[in-house]
Amino acid sequence: MKIDRRGFLSLGVGAAAGIVVTPLPWKLTDDLSIWTQNWPWTPVPADGEKAYAKSVCSLCPGGCGISVRKVEDRAIKIEGIEGHPVNDGGICILGLSGLQTLYGPTRVKQPLMRSGNRGEGRWQKVDWDTALAEITKRLAEIRKAGQAHTVACVAGSDQGTVPQLLKRFLAAYGSSNFIRTPSIRDSYELAFKTMQGSEASAGFDLFNSDFVLSFGSGVIEGWGSPVYMFRANSELRGKGKIVQIEPRLSNTAAKSDKWVPINPGTEAVLALGLAHEIIKESLYNKEFVEKYAAGFESWEDAKGQKQKGFKDWVLENYWPASVANITGVKPAVIHELAVSFAKASKPVALCGRGQGNTPVSLFESMAIHALNALVGNINQKGGISAVPFADYINWPKAPADAVAEAGLQQPRIDGAQSDPFASRYLLNRVVNAAESGKPYALQALLVWEADPIYTLSGSAAVKAAFDKIPFVVSFSSHMNETAQYADLILPDHFYLERYQDIPTPLGMAVPSISLSRPVVKPQFDTKYTGDVLIQVAKGIGGNLAEAMPWKDYEQCLKETLGDHWDKLNAKGMLIAEQYQPPAWDKAFKTASGKFEFCALTAIGETVSIEGDKESYPLTLIPYDSMRLANGFIGDPPFVIKTVSDRILKKKDIFVEINPETAKQYGLADGKSAVLETPRGSARVRVNVFEGIVPGVIAMPRGLGHKAYDKFLAGKGLNVNEFIGSVEDPVSGLDAAWGIRAKLTIA
Amino acid sequence: MKNEQGHHKTGKKYGMVIDLDKCTGCGACMVACMAENNVPFKEDETNKLDNIMWMRVYRMSNGKPFPDADICYIPRPCMHCEAKHGHSPCVSVCPATATDYSHETGIVSQIYTRCFGCRYCMAACPYHARYFNWWDPVWPEGMKNYLSPDVSPRMRGVVEKCSFCFHRYQLAKDKALTAGHREIEESAYQTACTQACPAGAITFGDLDNPKHAVYKLKHDPRAFRLLERLGTNPKVYYVTDREWVRWMADNYQDQEQKAKG
Repeated sequence: MKIDRRGFLSLGVGAAAGIVVTPLPWKLTDDLSIWTQNWPWTPVPADGEKAYAKSVCSLCPGGCGISVRKVEDRAIKIEGIEGHPVNDGGICILGLSGLQTLYGPTRVKQPLMRSGNRGEGRWQKVDWDTALAEITKRLAEIRKAGQAHTVACVAGSDQGTVPQLLKRFLAAYGSSNFIRTPSIRDSYELAFKTMQGSEASAGFDLFNSDFVLSFGSGVIEGWGSPVYMFRANSELRGKGKIVQIEPRLSNTAAKSDKWVPINPGTEAVLALGLAHEIIKESLYNKEFVEKYAAGFESWEDAKGQKQKGFKDWVLENYWPASVANITGVKPAVIHELAVSFAKASKPVALCGRGQGNTPVSLFESMAIHALNALVGNINQKGGISAVPFADYINWPKAPADAVAEAGLQQPRIDGAQSDPFASRYLLNRVVNAAESGKPYALQALLVWEADPIYTLSGSAAVKAAFDKIPFVVSFSSHMNETAQYADLILPDHFYLERYQDIPTPLGMAVPSISLSRPVVKPQFDTKYTGDVLIQVAKGIGGNLAEAMPWKDYEQCLKETLGDHWDKLNAKGMLIAEQYQPPAWDKAFKTASGKFEFCALTAIGETVSIEGDKESYPLTLIPYDSMRLANGFIGDPPFVIKTVSDRILKKKDIFVEINPETAKQYGLADGKSAVLETPRGSARVRVNVFEGIVPGVIAMPRGLGHKAYDKFLAGKGLNVNEFIGSVEDPVSGLDAAWGIRAKLTIA
Repeated sequence: MKNEQGHHKTGKKYGMVIDLDKCTGCGACMVACMAENNVPFKEDETNKLDNIMWMRVYRMSNGKPFPDADICYIPRPCMHCEAKHGHSPCVSVCPATATDYSHETGIVSQIYTRCFGCRYCMAACPYHARYFNWWDPVWPEGMKNYLSPDVSPRMRGVVEKCSFCFHRYQLAKDKALTAGHREIEESAYQTACTQACPAGAITFGDLDNPKHAVYKLKHDPRAFRLLERLGTNPKVYYVTDREWVRWMADNYQDQEQKAKG
């Protein structure tokens, strides 16, 4: 067929007209646009009735009020409760990510029994009956063998019904080895005990202070009750001054009115240097020191011997020039700091490095507390006070049979509470005791809301100690490092699924009780740890069953809280609003009835760290960040996402060093280096940072997890693996604030 | 659509004032935003060029040597620019009308289903406030449970950014209407980051309403905005006492100074 010009044109016009008239292209375009908006592979979250459930966050001891938004029975968002005494609407980064940990894959979904080697990660899923039968059998056997005292328990807290139930269970069982995980609480409690004679925790009225002198405390890094401290920090702006004494320009240091860089580990010396200037200039609170303090002036004891008082001791030993030599803080700065601190109307000195997750030596906590005494800001507005422990748990003493009595006669495994200066709990010593089998070999360890394998310094030694304990039980609702290393996991409900009483938030000056209430029903086959204890006690029978007479944990909690139960259910928190810290004449329960400066002069100096200067010319210190959770819960995916690429890049961790140090060792910013300490070595990357004292290497705490999911595991290094525990000879606490180290080109 | 003049008079201008001296760099705002808006996450988030963070906290340094070094954090949501006639840099370049300026609220919207991923808006935005979904979102086992029905999850190939929690505005508006109020109260509409900030550093409200806290705060002599001279007229103000931080609000000033000698 031949196509002429006319035919070609008419065909073209016809085709064009046809395309316009036919619906096909329009239909296709329409379909295409619908199709491109159709994303069946992206989830469509189900809608439904919305409601808010109120509770209290217990991911840390901060005690923030939370309001959880729900759609039907799904929790979709955690928010802070406005007007709540602790957090007033604010909430921290970890609290915000709570739902990722509630629903996420790191949950332990049912009881697990180890089937492979320790830590291998091979588990046999068992039902609760089997799991409870196993723990009952094992504990009954140990008890029968007369080894009741060889069972210990590690818990993240010693306040509230669950820790008290654990303690009670052990007591009836025949062991006094209830041990709380170490933190700055230990140091404060001990300082209060020795200088004030009170069994109490520390409260800080920062909202009303006008001069906060912080010896490395990360007021905005998670120290104390984090959100409460954040709020105080904002409140102080323009009204008061914050001075941060720290080797590193932390966020707290950057936001403070003055950053005083100091050689790490010399905080106590600086505190006494300040005391020297305050005393020399006669700026101390005469009323407090003369009437309510003992051991300030030198005195003659009963034997007629001359005893040196705090005043003479400080004036002789802590001259600004020599203090400057040790601390690296210039004499003029020491003088100015001392004068402005003493002249402020409501000054307060804080102790505890970073988040306060590690204790300090008793010497340090006492030296810093002595400053508070010098300015007379104890139990005063804007100062520090000894907050009594909660008193709502009034169970009768646990009945003891012959086995229990014999067990309780045995010394504690950690030698804690053995003398007036020894701490109440010494988890660091359990490591050595388990390893050496002295004073006796541990037969079983129960772990609740703690992750010692990750959080204790000298991780390798901790693991080796765990290897010597034949039976390790974890109550963790998440597969953390310690759970991974256990023989039996009896998962507790997670904080959003359970009732739990929470005592006074850390660092708050007024006693209170809060109550966590379930926001969602338990997502997995988990059980209250309280219920486990009650059932095991019933299984073993005898005095144990008598010691745990409750039907279940909820009944126990309800009975214990008594009249408070209904109020707590409605309000979430009860504060002793009438509470006033006792006046100075009634505040001190020491032998002299006064604040005792002499307790400080009686004990030794600062703790030196592991390693020799020749082989390890630098000092490694850990640092804390709100964006790196480092307790019994690791970073959820949202939180690790916010970590800077100057801290973590792919799987590499960065350590901070001063440019001068970098130059000295030929290290360049961003480049790899080998970090070596007496405890181990690893490859790191270098972050050259102007905000750090020369000669110091700073490594973030909270990375290097081996447990959890792909979002967290295997990223960076755990600083605890590189730091060895160093015992404070006075208190027994692990007071290691770092370790000697070297950094070389990789 | 053309009746914009009328809207201008009755419309609101929602904006934010962030106190950089209160901001602690804790990152709560970032997570509050991600949790509120179903923002996805992936295994490695250390490449900050491809991670989605509507609210991002940048860390700035004064560049001085030890011990005079100083750092400051600066949270950066979408600035919801209102250049002349509502022609925000991103709005004017979008070929798909996937992003638009609302004269009712002053919020720059992002309509995910319209976006076809050309990323012109990302190139146009001087604040790097826009993010591209290079991958489809994947939530690990169980985590879909917490997704909010108020914000639709996005797919690979579309751009997303801070919406000043626009769904919260809609909810507040519905609530106000049901209750018979014409006005949305200041406290009834707050963004997730503002609400969460533990330091109380963020204030949110109608910048034109003298009754709202932001109105007074934006007139603080210490207040400034980022890259102000571009004329983007951002709705996010910052307040600080630190001169060096104000100076860094325009990161080209340093280079200009050097060029001048």
